[in-house]
Amino acid sequence: MTLELDNIDLAIIRATQAGLALTPRPYDQVAEQVGLSTADVMARLERMLAAGAIRRIGAVPNHYALGFTANGMTVWDVPDERASELGRQVGALDFVSHAYLRPRHRPDWPYNLFAMAHGRDKAEVEEKARIIRELLGDACRNGEVLYSTRILKKTGLRLVA
Amino acid sequence: MNRTSSIDLDVTDRAIVNALQGGFPITETPYADAAQALGLEEDDLIARLQRLLDGGALSRFGPMYNADRMGGGNVLAAMKVAAGDFDAVADTVNAFPEVAHNYARDHAFNMWFVVSTDEAQRIPAVIAEIEAATGYPVHAMPKEEEFFVGLRFEL
Repeated sequence: MTLELDNIDLAIIRATQAGLALTPRPYDQVAEQVGLSTADVMARLERMLAAGAIRRIGAVPNHYALGFTANGMTVWDVPDERASELGRQVGALDFVSHAYLRPRHRPDWPYNLFAMAHGRDKAEVEEKARIIRELLGDACRNGEVLYSTRILKKTGLRLVA
Repeated sequence: MNRTSSIDLDVTDRAIVNALQGGFPITETPYADAAQALGLEEDDLIARLQRLLDGGALSRFGPMYNADRMGGGNVLAAMKVAAGDFDAVADTVNAFPEVAHNYARDHAFNMWFVVSTDEAQRIPAVIAEIEAATGYPVHAMPKEEEFFVGLRFEL
């Protein structure tokens, strides 16, 4: 699933990884920086988006600054054959930022569905976890909420130096 | 630190954050096109995005790249560490440059970190090195499927 990126793609990534310019024609600015036409920049962005090298283009909210200071990693054991469908439904909830399917590590870790739930405090996250459990219904064999108690390390993701 | 550091967003700001967590157009005048879809003027949208970025409500505006699809590896991993060993193990794990984030969580699996490598094939080797250095098993939990919709704010 790896997309072959050439040096021009990498130059576009470098020119945009800090963000798009807040000017009426932001892709012109990228084009100028990397020495391409705007049409070429746009075509390459479309290609990277279609291939999944770009997840999406838009706003990245800062949950903490917006008052969503509590988050819980909710984890659930749901039947494999229903996991994709349930993941989509859980991911579509307003307060869930991401949902993932991950492998179980039995017997200690029976959970295959992960959903990050955000709230203004822990009580709100507990309430959100209850809503997820309700949505999962009888597909939910078990579930837990894990809260982070300490950030041990946090470094930015470096894509291209 | 009892104060909630919530930033005041009006209904229009919230609509912008809700609508633009993805799908920003790749067109010659994307702000004008996005503004039209939201019933706003282009310069109003740009000014509001600038304010949301300056005020810290948004951490970024632009393309989000996926390291996994560029040949890199990125895997969540968890460990069950005895309380008495926790800080020493955290130091050992954090010393790996491939460990980008590491969180303590209130669970028997009490240490959760992300291993990132330039080449996906290197992930198992790094995990084996972490196991050797700490003496604890590392449980890799790679994404098998991802669902993203984003966080929506009540309007």
